[in-house]
Amino acid sequence: MGINARASLADTLSPGPAFATATTTPTAGVVATSAPTLTRPALPAHLIGAVADEAALKRFLHGLPGVDPVGVEARSAALATRSIKKESKMAALNLAISMVDLTTLEGSDTPGKVRSLCAKARKPDPDDPTTPHAAAVCVYPDRVQIAAQELAGTGIGIASVATAFPSGRSSLPIKLADTRLAIESGATEIDMVIDRGAFLAGEYGKVYDDIAAIKAECGGIRLKVILETGELATYDNVRRASWLAMLAGADFIKTSTGKISPAATLPVIHVMLQAVRDWREATGQQVAVKPAGGIRTAKDAIRYLVAVHEVAGPEWLDPYYFRFGASSLLSDLIMQRRKQLDGHYWGPDYVTVA
Amino acid sequence: MTTNTTGSAMAPRSTTAVWDYAPAPESAAIGHIKDRYQMFVGGQFVDGHGSDVATINPATEQDLAQVSWASTDDVDDAVRAARRAYTAVWSKLSGLDRGKYLFRIARGIQERARELAVVETLDNGKPIKESRDADIPTAAAHFFYHAGWADKLQHAGYGPHPHALGVAGQVIPWNFPLLMAAWKIAPALAAGNTVVIKPAESTPLSILVLAEIMADAGLPEGVVNIVTGAGDIGSYLVNHPGIDKVAFTGSTAVGKRIQQSLAGTGKKLTLELGGKAANIVFDDAPLDQAVEGIVNGVYFNQGHVCCAGTRLLVQESVAEEVISKLQDRITTLRLGDPMDKNTDIGAINSKQQLSKITELTAVGDDEGAVRWTSPCPIPDKGFFFPPTVFTNVSQSMRIAREEIFGPVLSVLTFRTPDEAVIKANNTPYGLSAGVWTEKGSRILGMATALRAGVVWANTFNRFDPTAAFGGYKESGFGREGGTSGLGAYLESADDYSDSDSNEGAV
Amino acid sequence: MAARSTPKKAAPKKAATEKAAVQQVKVQRATPAAAPSTRVRSASASAQPTTGSSTAVPVLKTYKLFIGGAFPRSESGRTYPVHGPHGDFLANAAQSSRKDARDAVVAARKAFPGWSHATAYNRCQVIYRIAEMLQGRRAEFIDLLVTGEGTKPKAASQTVDTAIDRLVHYAGWTDKIAAVFGSSNPVAGPFFSFSTPEPTGVVAAFAPQDDSLLGLISVIAPIITSGNTVVVITSATHPLPAVTLAEVLATSDVPGGVVNILTGEAAEMGTHLATHADVNALDLTGVEGDLRTDLARDAAGTVKRVYIPKGASDFSKTPGTARLRAFLETKTVWHPTGAVSLAGGTSY
Repeated sequence: MGINARASLADTLSPGPAFATATTTPTAGVVATSAPTLTRPALPAHLIGAVADEAALKRFLHGLPGVDPVGVEARSAALATRSIKKESKMAALNLAISMVDLTTLEGSDTPGKVRSLCAKARKPDPDDPTTPHAAAVCVYPDRVQIAAQELAGTGIGIASVATAFPSGRSSLPIKLADTRLAIESGATEIDMVIDRGAFLAGEYGKVYDDIAAIKAECGGIRLKVILETGELATYDNVRRASWLAMLAGADFIKTSTGKISPAATLPVIHVMLQAVRDWREATGQQVAVKPAGGIRTAKDAIRYLVAVHEVAGPEWLDPYYFRFGASSLLSDLIMQRRKQLDGHYWGPDYVTVA
Repeated sequence: MTTNTTGSAMAPRSTTAVWDYAPAPESAAIGHIKDRYQMFVGGQFVDGHGSDVATINPATEQDLAQVSWASTDDVDDAVRAARRAYTAVWSKLSGLDRGKYLFRIARGIQERARELAVVETLDNGKPIKESRDADIPTAAAHFFYHAGWADKLQHAGYGPHPHALGVAGQVIPWNFPLLMAAWKIAPALAAGNTVVIKPAESTPLSILVLAEIMADAGLPEGVVNIVTGAGDIGSYLVNHPGIDKVAFTGSTAVGKRIQQSLAGTGKKLTLELGGKAANIVFDDAPLDQAVEGIVNGVYFNQGHVCCAGTRLLVQESVAEEVISKLQDRITTLRLGDPMDKNTDIGAINSKQQLSKITELTAVGDDEGAVRWTSPCPIPDKGFFFPPTVFTNVSQSMRIAREEIFGPVLSVLTFRTPDEAVIKANNTPYGLSAGVWTEKGSRILGMATALRAGVVWANTFNRFDPTAAFGGYKESGFGREGGTSGLGAYLESADDYSDSDSNEGAV
Repeated sequence: MAARSTPKKAAPKKAATEKAAVQQVKVQRATPAAAPSTRVRSASASAQPTTGSSTAVPVLKTYKLFIGGAFPRSESGRTYPVHGPHGDFLANAAQSSRKDARDAVVAARKAFPGWSHATAYNRCQVIYRIAEMLQGRRAEFIDLLVTGEGTKPKAASQTVDTAIDRLVHYAGWTDKIAAVFGSSNPVAGPFFSFSTPEPTGVVAAFAPQDDSLLGLISVIAPIITSGNTVVVITSATHPLPAVTLAEVLATSDVPGGVVNILTGEAAEMGTHLATHADVNALDLTGVEGDLRTDLARDAAGTVKRVYIPKGASDFSKTPGTARLRAFLETKTVWHPTGAVSLAGGTSY
């Protein structure tokens, strides 16, 4: 698996938890589990200074180029007029299906619900075995075990939202324990939330330390860092939070929990795609992106793929590097795929629900 | 995109997928292109007494339609028709009723927008995306805006009794055929004038469809007359003794000739001429949007834009980063069939224009500038020129001074705001300029210091009928849009005189 | 760009002189109409002194040009005689050459950045100050018109009073122009767009031949009111009020180079000004016929703005706005708006 290749880049220069909040509160367990296998790749020399201390981090993040909202919205609206037809549409639908993190994150999630979801992830269209499977299912940590059983050997990832999802309002030890629970239950990907309160208060060091600590806890498991862009208020903050997450070791930057409106939007994803593109330019590392929430139609999904294609680049058109966090999107993708194959419009009654 | 979609999302694919957008062509049939088009004089579609000339589709080099061209006698007829319409009908209508006709035309453009977009793209070569989303809607907007002025001219700032000049002779270019027609016709009619207008020889079709719309709108005959032909007909029109006002959009060289030939005639003149706009990027700019603005500024409409931001002035401290981002971005521009909805860069309008661009860029090479060309494939047929960027450009090079009117950007650097202002203003032109910085005071300071008729800050190439557009210095005089634009078509009281003024007359 | 720094340096100075101006007004009001008699040699004056019982021989004035705030002679060294209504010799006036015109354009260009960027409030006070100075020398100008041009005394007083009024009128325009001719544009998009009038630049003006003071002021005032600088060719036959006006300007806080006054033949300098690439506009009020057409044609070489009044001008009437508008450019500025927050799901 790719993560092994990435793990071999293990970074001895990585600053790891650097700030006060991390050094005063880690549990013994954290140190024990994280110390041996820091898996994030090295920060290049020119970025090490950016995380030297809280002040340096703030200077660095505030020194990033601003985002003009009207400009980014105009660009994303213009790109959304791309007309994707015929074979390019079929390819896009297949790719989008293979990128779906099929999600259920409800208090009412039962083992049955999770099993049903896993079944749909394995065979999104039971009538057509050539349909790709979803990328992953995404569940709460206490439902990971069921998903792991259901998906064993399928190549479908088991993602779990840890770290006091969705608010993130708890202590680091609890977030670490939450993460550990998910991993020990079989999660192959962790979706964490950042502390938006700390971010908005300008305590970038705290946010950094949280991410770095969770990343350390994750070891070789890929970490998605949810920025909850709907609470960050500005595109400038989205860009800063994206860089902050990547500096701290994020494998993915993800827009939203799905619990806050607005969730993912095209212009927000533009800003994040610019960030991962710039990050690769600066470090050579390719970080993945995941919009989540609010993407319900195949048409929307294709617009995101166009953005991925033209803003970040075709290298991101890969389920390893781009995901859709969604629950209802998959059904529309299947309907549109069947329309492409069968030549007539489909109705929801003919697509299995999860 | 290859169909390797059954693999695991837990590892990246070994090879990068290629996702080619399938062709998404707009249907040419929507344009209802006829075999032959006639002139529009005195409310009738009539044959000109010139010979028929084919207008071609620059993307295929094939004949699109035959167009009947005017002779000088036909121009005489058109001017007579316009005078008759002015005297007998148009000057006697109330402003409100004139406005109603303009509203009707605006609606007519909207109703036939898709057809007009196709006609424009086939005849001009511009991407259907642009004719659909920019040219045609903005043309409709100009008629809507000016419709409302027709009965409110006394509030336009030209005194209590402004009135029409009479017959306006108008000559428009090929880069925005319908939009330029709207810019010219709408204010002229709103102010109460009648019109004889000559479209560019290579793009006569969309205005002749507009003629159908005007006829369908019941516009009284002779209020708008369209004569087709080349520069000789344009010259005959602007020098015609039967017209009172000349409005010209085109090259500075031709504009100067018109101004010369009109000297002493008392005709009122407005000119919208060339430009060599500076697009100035400071180190604190929103860089991604600046890159978009640079791309939009110079590659919109293949760079066939008088206000194109063809000189990028970038602060040295971010020059490398900006140029690198810019080249990445330009590489994503899709050049090809203008009718494809995904095409970003269409065809150069004519073989002649393509030669001019090729020639001037060769001069850039000779002068020592470094040429970078987008690696996009070029179609075998048609007139195409790939997006091009020259770096290592100095102010003295011809590519930094002359209007290329093509998708060619010259990059210069500066160190300080003062240097940026000096370089930006160091041109006989003064049509537009761009400023990119997140610092508000710098935006306003630069906007004041730049000698240009339009300053776009943190945006570029925005047009609206409510906002005056036009140049300083050799970019012309007079404005189009807003109340300033109305002034070009109104007489108002002169100073110290009981008679009406024709100020601005030459 | 050396000129660019001028307004910064000059600003505090101006503020000081404005204060001084206000003080001086009071002084002047205290001594009304105490103006000196004309220094022109009238038919009688050339023979013997005219003022009261004094036996002193009056000192006569040398009439020179006004360029860049200084009073140079013509670089050509030429003068021409100016005669009164009865053919009597009044004075020698400088006969400007094309090189004087060139120097005047240089001075006008140099003054443009400072004057055009001066606050409207400042320009208002400067132009009002010209009116004050003119008022103070009212009798002198009346005398110039009566003795030098044969104007009837009553008409001459009226002319000078109207000239003063004209300056007051335009002084009040400086800070209204943007509001009257500018606009906030309700564009269909998330942009703030405004159009604002700006001065065209350096204007070469040809003052009326037959209206040596009021016509001259009526031409100059609207040009400089909006921030242009001007090179003006005076009436050839009646140049003396213009040169005396230069003295008024020189003592009125008008920055050097804002108004440059050349006496001589319009025909000699006209084409050089009309083709001069650093002149942005022409006011052809004072030239007629073929010369007017020729100059208008010459102007096309650099796309100059050309103002030609329609019909004859009667400068005793109230002005409209045509002359003001003739030397204004409209600049439209755009900037994105909106985007307060993403929280609404859209930023505007």
